[in-house]
Amino acid sequence: MNKTWNNRAWFMVLPVLLLVAFSAVIPLMTVVNYSVQDTFGNNQFFWAGAEWFEEMLTSDRFWLAMGRNLIFSFIILVIEIPLGIFIALNMPRKGWGVPVCLVLMALPLLIPWNVVGTIWQVFGRVDIGLLGYVANALGFDYNYVNDPFDAWVTVIVMDVWHWTSLVVLLCYAGLVSIPDAYYQAAKIDGASRWAVFRYIQLPKMNRVLLIAVLLRFMDSFMIYTEPFVVTGGGPGNSTTFLSIDLVKMAIGQFDLGPAAAMSIIYFLIILLMSWIFYTVMTNYDAEK
Amino acid sequence: MARIDIDHIRHAYGPNPKAPKDYALKEVHHTFEDGGAYALLGPSGCGKTTLLNIMSGLVEPSEGRILFDGRDVTRLSTQERNIAQVFQFPVIYDTMTVYDNLAFPLRNRGVPEAEVDRKVREIIAMIDLEKWSRRKARGLTADQKQKISLGRGLVRSDVNAILFDEPLTVIDPHMKWQLRSQLKQLHRRFGYTMIYVTHDQTEALSFADKVVVMFEGETVQIGTPAELFERPRHTFVGYFIGSPGMNVMPAAIDGTSARVGSQVIALPGRPAAPSGSIELGIRPEFVRLGREGMPVTIEKIEDVGRHRIVRTRLEGRDLAAIVPEDGDIPADPRVAFDPAGINIYADSWRVDYGSAA
Amino acid sequence: MLELRNISKTVGAETHISDVSLTLAHGSLNVLLGPTLSGKTSLMRLMAGLDVPTSGSVWFDGKDVTGVAVQKRNVAMVYQQFINYPAMTVYENIASPLRVAGKDGATIDREVRKAADLLRLTPYLDRTPLNLSGGQQQRTALARAIVKNASLVLLDEPLANLDYKLREELRAELPKIFAASGTIFVYATTEPSEALLLGGHTATLSEGRITQFGPTIEVFRKPADLVTAMTFSDPPLNTIVLSKRDAAFQLDGGVNLPVPASLAGIADGAYTVSFQPHHLSLSPRYPDAVPVKVKVFATEITGSESFVHVDFADARWVMLAPGVHDFEPDETIEIYIDTRHLLVFGADGRAAAPRQLAA
Repeated sequence: MNKTWNNRAWFMVLPVLLLVAFSAVIPLMTVVNYSVQDTFGNNQFFWAGAEWFEEMLTSDRFWLAMGRNLIFSFIILVIEIPLGIFIALNMPRKGWGVPVCLVLMALPLLIPWNVVGTIWQVFGRVDIGLLGYVANALGFDYNYVNDPFDAWVTVIVMDVWHWTSLVVLLCYAGLVSIPDAYYQAAKIDGASRWAVFRYIQLPKMNRVLLIAVLLRFMDSFMIYTEPFVVTGGGPGNSTTFLSIDLVKMAIGQFDLGPAAAMSIIYFLIILLMSWIFYTVMTNYDAEK
Repeated sequence: MARIDIDHIRHAYGPNPKAPKDYALKEVHHTFEDGGAYALLGPSGCGKTTLLNIMSGLVEPSEGRILFDGRDVTRLSTQERNIAQVFQFPVIYDTMTVYDNLAFPLRNRGVPEAEVDRKVREIIAMIDLEKWSRRKARGLTADQKQKISLGRGLVRSDVNAILFDEPLTVIDPHMKWQLRSQLKQLHRRFGYTMIYVTHDQTEALSFADKVVVMFEGETVQIGTPAELFERPRHTFVGYFIGSPGMNVMPAAIDGTSARVGSQVIALPGRPAAPSGSIELGIRPEFVRLGREGMPVTIEKIEDVGRHRIVRTRLEGRDLAAIVPEDGDIPADPRVAFDPAGINIYADSWRVDYGSAA
Repeated sequence: MLELRNISKTVGAETHISDVSLTLAHGSLNVLLGPTLSGKTSLMRLMAGLDVPTSGSVWFDGKDVTGVAVQKRNVAMVYQQFINYPAMTVYENIASPLRVAGKDGATIDREVRKAADLLRLTPYLDRTPLNLSGGQQQRTALARAIVKNASLVLLDEPLANLDYKLREELRAELPKIFAASGTIFVYATTEPSEALLLGGHTATLSEGRITQFGPTIEVFRKPADLVTAMTFSDPPLNTIVLSKRDAAFQLDGGVNLPVPASLAGIADGAYTVSFQPHHLSLSPRYPDAVPVKVKVFATEITGSESFVHVDFADARWVMLAPGVHDFEPDETIEIYIDTRHLLVFGADGRAAAPRQLAA
């Protein structure tokens, strides 16, 4: 065993280490620091141990926000994944339609988050917004400012509008990589449209779908900007998701300790979910 | 199984073909007999895959008809033609077991499960995959996957023909031998009509009873492997089949002998009225290297194990000869041509011999 | 001179290359022969410096280059897939390594034209690769490897995606093209016939190990072990396990195969006896050829020869017989074994050798 080490290699990864240190490790340590201490704002800190964690994990406020997040993520996954697959299946595979569809699909993804929020905030307004005005003119009692249900519908529709494209593009990439021979073989085997989907397209999309689900889950679980712009977490607390609550607590009320504890719990949940997805994906590869 | 008639088929991929060069298939007219094993052989771009796709219904020909047992199927879809096809890269349903892969075509057609089970077991035994029956098809090797693709064709009792599109491309040499001999044996036992597309002469010749040699959208010769070997109709066939291919050299004909440079070579007969540019073709297998005959210089000797390929120069032209493993290569080498192996070509097409008189 | 000293490569729990030592001389043509996944590509990646061995070292002209990046090694590689820059003309494709090297315009032009001429690409210099046939595309990739004037040229099944005939032509040209350059030339293939046609030296690979390395025809004629013999035969080698007593291997049914004179001293016991398909024949080639009764499985006719697949006891053999022979499946025929060319392997898989020589 005479391994040669090239020590200069370490210099090459140094920038990344620094970047990660400043962007992730140091902030995380600060948060950990806050989460176990108490402060009254005068730069004096007291050791609080696991107090904030206990408080958070036993508070209704936290669990309600968490519940809203899970329900929200669940709903948008149930809508966006099948819808994305459906659109991807119906997109053209060749010809001039391909670039047109791809550009159309990419458009919502290119708009900044807060702009999307603002668009829908205005769009849904009962007085001047096209959606709000028309809905009311048609006799629907739609008002996202007053009605929690309407607020939810608005936020969900907005998210679907904004993010289904991502699922579409990922699925489309999976679909175009299927060689023609598979479709020909399926024809020869007399497979129905459903069988082609179930046994050829779905298995070949498997991996991109896992990525799509992971991305959409993480993104929707961390959703902040759009509902904040549209509903500000209201009416009441009906659209107050974890991230919104976190900001309210940390900046609005300056409860740094509980907010930090909440951040860490939040962080651990996302880490756990990503790890589960990663395991599922690598297991799938290993089987291959 | 069925007889397949290719009735004056022409095909162009672009719209409004005019000149012959616009056609991928210039004109093919041929009958594939019921139960025959055929190969379509030619270099890439010769139209063999187009012809195969026309038969399977994946491509509709620009002109002409396809008949299965006399019934016009030109406008019928792939499903309605009841054919099976094995592709270059194994097509399997990853998520299904080997058993389910084979059952798939039957279940799609609503065959009762008891019948499905009987057929699938029979085919799994035939293609020698019993041990793997309950395994997911994904984890198998390339040759096993290719057997599954084949099995999905064999499992249907109503199949008219099995088409193969370069099926051994991704298979390792050793497995090629196994698969090919199994295929050959299946054909012998069960009398399937099989059509096999390939650019590999060894595969074509060893698989087929009859080989259709194609070149630039046309069939140049249809014949048994022995015919293609002994009497290539066109110098292209001589070159394309055999490794190395046929030696071809310009010659002049004088009665029952040919003149190449200053050498006079006896022919097995009198070529019938040759005109145009005349060439003499002889395969390396019919060139005898020894101490008698025409003097040659040796350029290179390639020892390929079971025999040696000797690259020589005769009258300033390249001439390859095959010498057996333990054959002798003299210091003053000379060659003689076995008359049975000499063919005369006029403008690249073979000229028949008249009476030997 | 490229030297691999006891290199191994493991990725996770999988061993890709296992304790390979190999010395390749300048100006030599070396074939890596082995089935898919035997480690040919992994070994080439280690030679090129695309991967670093888990243990062992790579030396080039007396310098340890283990861990030196591929960019610094002057290596050219050609793959099975035709890899060219799709947006550049053939000329620019060939010129690209020279431009990277910062050569002046006149030198580039001269080198490109020389390589194009060698590979018969001159008429296509202004086209882009996508408008070329597969053979022309691969010739472009080869031309790029040539102008680079690399000290190590790695060809990973470069002809596998080409038509049979084209393969034959390029295969004949390749050794000539590279012979003059004095580079170390490594060619990976799965096909024994390709190794034989290329000549040079051959290393046979199996499961990440080099089983034998030597002049190609020598490895073919005198394989050191059964694995090498099997790897290096197409059609497959015929084998049967027999027990040796006195001067003969005992075949079922009272037939004996005489032990070749060169192996006279080997001990009694079980041996794997093997012979090439062309050492089976339908009529005796010499007076002492041994007749055996076999059952036909299938016959393949190639025009001038027939491959007859036959079953003998539990073994399936293939016979290469000159001429056209068509046998019915299950027909029993009598064939002859040419015992002068027997390859005999001991229970450990090594080629059997008389005791006094084995030491």
